[in-house]
Amino acid sequence: MTLKLGVPSKGRLMEKTFDWFAGHGVNIRRTGSEREYSGAVEGVEGMELVLLSAGEIPRELAAGRIHLGVTGSDLVQERIADWESRVVALEPMGFGFADLVIAVPRCWADVDTLDDLDAAAAAFRAAHGHRLRVATKYHRLVRDFLREAGVADYQLVDSQGATEGTVKNLTAEAIADITSTGETLRANHLKILSDGLIHRSQATLFKSREAMWDDAARDSFRALAARLGLDA
Amino acid sequence: MASKAEVLAQAERLHAFFRDAGAAPVQTAILQPAGTLLDLYGEDIRARAYVTSDALRGEQMLRPDFTVPVVQMHMEAGGDPARYTYCGEVFRRQERDPSRPNEYIQVGYELFGSENPAEADAEVFALFSEVLSPLGLRAATGDIGLLLAAVGGLSMTPRRKAALRRHVWRPRRFRALLDRFGGRAPVPEPRRRLLAEMEAKGAEAILDAAGPEIGLRSRADVAARLDALAQDAAEPPISPAEVELLDDMLSIRETCPNALAHMRDIAVDLPAIAPALDLMEARLDALAALGIDVDLLEFEASYGRTTMEYYDGFVFGFFAETRPDLPPVASGGRYDALTRILGQGRAVPAVGGVIRPELVLALTREGGQ
Repeated sequence: MTLKLGVPSKGRLMEKTFDWFAGHGVNIRRTGSEREYSGAVEGVEGMELVLLSAGEIPRELAAGRIHLGVTGSDLVQERIADWESRVVALEPMGFGFADLVIAVPRCWADVDTLDDLDAAAAAFRAAHGHRLRVATKYHRLVRDFLREAGVADYQLVDSQGATEGTVKNLTAEAIADITSTGETLRANHLKILSDGLIHRSQATLFKSREAMWDDAARDSFRALAARLGLDA
Repeated sequence: MASKAEVLAQAERLHAFFRDAGAAPVQTAILQPAGTLLDLYGEDIRARAYVTSDALRGEQMLRPDFTVPVVQMHMEAGGDPARYTYCGEVFRRQERDPSRPNEYIQVGYELFGSENPAEADAEVFALFSEVLSPLGLRAATGDIGLLLAAVGGLSMTPRRKAALRRHVWRPRRFRALLDRFGGRAPVPEPRRRLLAEMEAKGAEAILDAAGPEIGLRSRADVAARLDALAQDAAEPPISPAEVELLDDMLSIRETCPNALAHMRDIAVDLPAIAPALDLMEARLDALAALGIDVDLLEFEASYGRTTMEYYDGFVFGFFAETRPDLPPVASGGRYDALTRILGQGRAVPAVGGVIRPELVLALTREGGQ
């Protein structure tokens, strides 16, 4: 069987992925018309390119429908339950950096750490009659992080976009979101907790533990790994 | 692997045992309003329960346990005292271990409104002990009420006590707070800076400089906590001797009579736990009167601290020593505070527990082989 490599189908993430592989002597490119989602791999025999939305790559890896995939480590850890048992992070690729952080209004002069957030949540719940709401789309990562830190009296509210605006709009009291420079947070009068870094994400090459690995796929993988300088 | 029909037959046997003991059989809906459960258990329950929704009723949860709906039912309509038993599926999402079932049967027994807590605790434990006796399980007991009483007896401000009580169920956070209140952990640098700045400029100046007020947490909320921080900073640390007493107590793990004697010694310096110890002693007497060999019964002071936080008194569990891979076959405890939260002003003493019949069946078969 062919070795299936899932890569992001558009945008900077796709271009940087192509550049990264090219830098290792593996040429991948889109083929056909500009709108057609098909691609080719040159440099390794028996490899097939699968163009996917970056957000779907974790699911395809977990289901074993692709052998390898490039996507953000945040998406893998958020979307795959018990991710380490189902995929292997082969290589961080050095682009697509983003930090998942907890941020609160800058006017909360009393809150700098998770410890403060916990105490503020207790007082907030007593005063306002409901748990302190944290807006995010990274439910699993944020919940695990806050549980580990022993923060109580909060609840997560789902926010799929414009999360930095939820505090001003009174739909949340704090947020957990991806930031690269922190500029949007600052513009929305938010500050990052000093120990509020949940995950430092970057584009990463993952290998599926769930995919079928026959001799042909293994041979292709060994050839690719040699090119990329990985321990196969 | 037992079939569902076999598990149900086993469940029915246990259910009949509790009915014969005088409990009224009750049923609850499988779909429960998510809001109540989320408000009670917090975000953790969302990771453990199946959440679904419809356009009319909003978020619903597939019943993760019976306790909440049974308490609600009793608080609305029940007279005291009352004994209930139930039997049915509960649903738990499993994210880590695919071998753990996400749907299983629970058979439970709950006792509400008994005037004598020691006798009520003993009644529930003795029933579970009796019905499980053929399996030769190890019983573990503890008492969250004792820990809450110990915290209440430390020489510290009510605010510090409340902070510790709130985290009795999160041992690591509890430890961190205790270290701070005991002066064993240094004040974090940003906090030290904030306190110095408050001293120099006053809280109002800090609030003015902090940025525009956004969100529901108001300037008054922030000011109140700044004030609380300043007050707390002026508090002396609690004495190392007191921290040691609490540490000593938390590490107790011995037979009930030895644990009681040990804690009576602690109570000389921490008299606030004496009433809770009297209750424990009365419970042991009541257990002995029901035929439980309390001299062999284990007591573990920290038992129950990592389970869901509604237990606030006696707690117990039954474990198969030959099968450490299995979850407890049965567990339960006292949850007076939960009835207050769900009772809209009314509260009744309540104690109960659940058994997992599929584990009873598996162990029965193992024993038979």
